[in-house]
Amino acid sequence: MQIDMKQPILDKNDQLAAQLRKRFADNHVFVLDLLASPGSGKTSTILATIEALRDEFNIAVIEGDIASNVDAEKIKAQGIAAVQINTGGACHLESNVISRAIDVLDLERLDLIIVENVGNLVCPTDFDLGENAKVMILSVPEGDDKPLKYPGVFQAAKVVILNKVDTMPVFNFDREAFDASVRQLNPQAPIFPIAATKGEGVEEWAIWLAEQIRAIQ
Amino acid sequence: MHELGIMTGVMEAVEKSAVQAGATKVLKVTLSIGEMTEAIEDSLRFAFEVLTEGTMSEGAELEINMVKPRSLCLDCGAEYEHDRFHMVCPECGGYNTKLLAGREMQIDSIEVDLPDD
Repeated sequence: MQIDMKQPILDKNDQLAAQLRKRFADNHVFVLDLLASPGSGKTSTILATIEALRDEFNIAVIEGDIASNVDAEKIKAQGIAAVQINTGGACHLESNVISRAIDVLDLERLDLIIVENVGNLVCPTDFDLGENAKVMILSVPEGDDKPLKYPGVFQAAKVVILNKVDTMPVFNFDREAFDASVRQLNPQAPIFPIAATKGEGVEEWAIWLAEQIRAIQ
Repeated sequence: MHELGIMTGVMEAVEKSAVQAGATKVLKVTLSIGEMTEAIEDSLRFAFEVLTEGTMSEGAELEINMVKPRSLCLDCGAEYEHDRFHMVCPECGGYNTKLLAGREMQIDSIEVDLPDD
C-alpha cells in the first residue's frame, strides 16, 4: 500500500520557527540570524551594530557557540542583555534552542534580537529560526571566491556584509568578482562593506537595519 | 551537513505513518530534495542504511527525487530552470527574481506492507 505523506522533512523545526516568528511579530521585535565562518568578525560586527543603534533601540543578543561564554561576556560588558547557548558540538542552532533562550528575555521591551549562529557556512543555512533576516558576513581574508564555494549561505541571506575591508590590499581581494558572484546567487541582497573594529561603513549598514526595524514597529 | 539528523526525523515520521496505517513493514520511502539545499544525496542514503538497520524499514528502497532549481522573473515574467549559481533572469538579465522550486526537503510518500496483503 502507498501512503502519500507530502510532509516537509524539517516540519518540527519549521512549525516551531513559525510560532517564534509570530511571537516576535506580536512583540514588534526584529530578529537577525548572523551566519559566518569562525573568525570572520561576527561578534565585532554585533558590537559595532549595538554601538550604532543602542540610542534608538533596545537590543539583546543570543550567542550560539559549541562551547564557552566568551562572546556573551563581551556583549554583557557593553550593558546589553546576552544569552549564551552552548550547542555542545552541534553545528547550527535550531528553533527549539531559540525558544528556550528567549524565555529569559523581555520580548515586550525589545526592538532587536541579534542571533549569532555557530560559525559555519553550511549547516545553519537550511534552518529557519523565525528570524526576519539571515545576514551573511564574509571577511576579506577568507577570499572573494567564497560565494562560489558556499552558494547556499549566500542565497539564504537577505543581506551580505563584507567585513575587514581595511585589509583588502593585503589579501588581493577582488571586490568586483565578489560582487558579481553574489549578484548571480542572490540578486536582491544588498552588500555592505565594513571594517567592524574600525567603525568603517558601519553607519550605512546601521541605517539599513534601522529602517527594517522601524518598518515592523 | 547533518544528514543523519535529517534522516532521523524522516524515519520517525515514516514509521509513525506506517504504524498508524497498521503496517508491519516499510518497503519504500520517496523523498524530494531541492538541489539548492545543503543535503547531499549520498550522505542521505548512507544515513538511511544505518538508521533502518533492525527496524521495520530495514531493506526498504530509498528513492530521492532531486529537484532542479526554477525561478520566475518578476520583471519580464520568464520562468526558467537554472543551476545553484545563476539566479539572474537569462531572458532580460533582471535581478528581481523569485525562486519557485529547488529548496524543498519533503517526504513524498511511503510504500508499506499490511498484514492483510
